[in-house]
Amino acid sequence: MSDSTTAQIKAEIDSADVVLFMKGTPAAPQCGFSMQVCQILGHVGVPFKSVNVLADPFIRDGIKAYSQWPTIPQLYVKGEFIGGCDITREMFQSGELTALFDKEGIPHAQTAKA
Amino acid sequence: MAEQGNIGAVQARIRSKLTEGLAPLALKVIDESDKHAGHGGHHQDGESHFRVEVVSEAFAGKKLVERHRIVNTLLAEELATRVHALTITARAPQE
Repeated sequence: MSDSTTAQIKAEIDSADVVLFMKGTPAAPQCGFSMQVCQILGHVGVPFKSVNVLADPFIRDGIKAYSQWPTIPQLYVKGEFIGGCDITREMFQSGELTALFDKEGIPHAQTAKA
Repeated sequence: MAEQGNIGAVQARIRSKLTEGLAPLALKVIDESDKHAGHGGHHQDGESHFRVEVVSEAFAGKKLVERHRIVNTLLAEELATRVHALTITARAPQE
């Protein structure tokens, strides 16, 4: 991975509190797993920045190396790698996801579940 | 789809690597490729989309992301080639 790709990925991750690397866009996801994460974030009501990896092959391969994670989607919160679709879903179901947003002071529409 | 019946070569390899690497108390490796036929990443011979459900002492006290990294590392070769999608459920025995 080139330095410029690394710098570009880092800039994307730092550009918002919640950043989702996905296939397609939230309005037109190109993969069921990316779609699920968009739906969860939409349900929680947290604003997020999406990065369409299909639009840039360097980002698509680069993000896998950067996160040391072999699949897309990938969710970052406040610069920290959270996981892919399964982890996001499990954290949502257990209430950990909203708890994380609360802890990080990220506003969202849904309050944390008890 | 079913675990029994014709187990593919990739499925068998996933099973053997996870068995060797995790000494699991329970392990299911399910081929879900037929659910994804025709879309991006689907391989013409199937065996491209898998679900694994594994219970192992190796996951005790570890965060989800660490557990998934363990599975991803064991299956790095498959993920880099044939396997396009992997759904993981990783639990420790007491959970």
